Amino acid sequence: MAGMVERNGAGTIISHVGLIFGIAIVCFPIYLAIVASTVEQKDIVSPPLPLLPGGHFIENYKKALLSGVNIPVWRMLVNSTIMAMGIAIGKIVISLLSAFAIVYFRFPLRTFFFWMIFLTLMLPVEVRIVPTFEVIANFGMLNSYTGLILPLIASATATFLFRQFFMTVPDEIAEAARVDGAKPMRFFFDILLPMSRTNIAALFVILFIYGWNQYLWPLLITTDPEMNTIVMGIKQMFPSGDDLADWPVIMATALLAMLPPVLVVVFMQNLFIKGLVDAEK
Amino acid sequence: MTTISLKDVKKSYGNLRVIHGVSVDIHDSEFIVVVGPSGCGKSTLLRMIAGLEDISEGEVCIDGKVVNHLEPMDRNIAMVFQNYALYPHMSVFDNIAYSLKIAKTSKAEIKQRVQETAELLQLGDYLDRKPRQLSGGQRQRVAMGRAIVRRPSVFLFDEPLSNLDAKLRVQMRLEIKRLQRQLGITSVFVTHDQVEAMTLGDKLMVLNDGRVEQFGTPVELYQKPRSIFVAQFIGSPSMNIVPVSEGHRLPNGAVVDHAVPKPQHTGELSLGIRPEHIDIEPASDVRFLIEMAEQLGANTLIHGVLEGSSAPLVVSLPGLHTLESLDASIGLRFQPENCHWFDTATGDRL
Ligand SMILES: Nc1ncnc2c1ncn2[C@@H]1O[C@H](COP(=O)(O)OP(=O)(O)O)[C@@H](O)[C@H]1O
Ligand SMILES: [Mg+2]
Repeated sequence: MAGMVERNGAGTIISHVGLIFGIAIVCFPIYLAIVASTVEQKDIVSPPLPLLPGGHFIENYKKALLSGVNIPVWRMLVNSTIMAMGIAIGKIVISLLSAFAIVYFRFPLRTFFFWMIFLTLMLPVEVRIVPTFEVIANFGMLNSYTGLILPLIASATATFLFRQFFMTVPDEIAEAARVDGAKPMRFFFDILLPMSRTNIAALFVILFIYGWNQYLWPLLITTDPEMNTIVMGIKQMFPSGDDLADWPVIMATALLAMLPPVLVVVFMQNLFIKGLVDAEK
Repeated sequence: MTTISLKDVKKSYGNLRVIHGVSVDIHDSEFIVVVGPSGCGKSTLLRMIAGLEDISEGEVCIDGKVVNHLEPMDRNIAMVFQNYALYPHMSVFDNIAYSLKIAKTSKAEIKQRVQETAELLQLGDYLDRKPRQLSGGQRQRVAMGRAIVRRPSVFLFDEPLSNLDAKLRVQMRLEIKRLQRQLGITSVFVTHDQVEAMTLGDKLMVLNDGRVEQFGTPVELYQKPRSIFVAQFIGSPSMNIVPVSEGHRLPNGAVVDHAVPKPQHTGELSLGIRPEHIDIEPASDVRFLIEMAEQLGANTLIHGVLEGSSAPLVVSLPGLHTLESLDASIGLRFQPENCHWFDTATGDRL
């Protein structure tokens, strides 16, 4: 490839050493967590910290998944999945539709609405959390999936992304569809949506992880352990008072919490790289 | 049987008027070419016929029915766009079939009609491909297929050939003409290329700055251009326009040949003469100083000025000539029957 730095023996070795060192630093805590999730409680609390995996893998994970500390981890995984999917899909649907409206329709106060959406960029969940909580509480949506998902669903960022993409679609395509007799929603579903599929895939990955990693909001509105999501659930596993934390189970839970985002990235990456390659051919 | 008529159609964008009242009647099965320089409003006019652009004033009628407020679909028109505007994610088959699908045509009929159309356009082998896997010419054909498959009553083309290379353009030009003849569908074709216009159109509409300069057959436009603009726009190389002063003198003082009919007109005159209507006449006192020769094969274009002035002139001589094979200064004769007179101030034909 043009412009690439010339390879020579020493350079290659140095850069590899640097990279491996960097990876080691990043991976070491994760490795420790894996080790901690395969040993017994007593191995952890008595120094030195074990550095090699123990033989209690199945036992610890079974305990975490099926009984957990307050609530079985599988239940929290289900909650998190529903919330993350709801947020990701909801955000994509809403931002696709609002970008469609902004780009393709002339309606009164169009610019005004555009700037209103823009403004919400400056208001992350944390800033509007008190009034939002109030509203959700008054609607009786505490401890519900609707309450978890709804306040996080509007997305100025995604709307902008789709707006930018729609503006690159030649006007002539929309006009050709119109001449072919497609009504606006037909055009949206038959043409715009399939053309946006790589953007949707990329955005889904980002938004799923965003939804999965929500901490503050679920913490506020779920009081019933049955509704806990896993990211906040881990925190709830630390006992108050003098009880000892059940480290192997907590570590197993932490690793389980990482798994779905990793799977989504791996799976969706294949999908959208395929899309990108296809589009360039 | 489809006729189109425009009645004093105008278009403004805000305060900017881009179409200043166009009236024209297009007969059944006619192939009309709208031609004019870039930015003169050709696309705007076409898009108003298509229903993609609001009509500010006037009426567009298709088959005698005012269609000003009908959607493109309900005007039963089909349009071919400059950049083809194919749906990139659909196969060639789906691209062609899309309008039929929307019209809820049965699967079997869609299949049959798409196949027929593909055959007509030699696209049979490409039906499963995506547009990006096609060459420019093939994409152009798909765009045509999309228009034909619906059996519309009007075809509209907006510079459909301008993205093709020269050879393909000539080929597609013939193909479009052949198809239009074969299908007998009333067509309006927009182009800025006068050669394309001359070869394709049954009638030409020359548009300049949102006004119709002239509407007529290619031969009429060539033989009797109504203004200096049309005279220079139609025909290649374009017509020489030479200012003529009192006593019918050319800029170098030479008196134009007495056989040239001269109009009775006061005010500034211009003489229009096409390069192919000038002959060499050694004895003539219209002297021509040669500066450059362009050999086109069948003929040679000689560029130069009238001797004693700076008025440029182009002469087309049959056969091959070079600067060396010609004298530096030659005498010219303007074919009297092919001289055009214009009022310099208004540009109108006299
Ligand atoms: N949406 C628009 N808003 C304002 N002016 C426009 C718009 N579309 C076209 N125009 C103007 O109208 C004139 C004619 O444009 P167009 O019909 O596209 O020309 P052509 O197709 O002959 O090149 C141009 O001067 C162009 O700038
Ligand atoms: Mg145009």
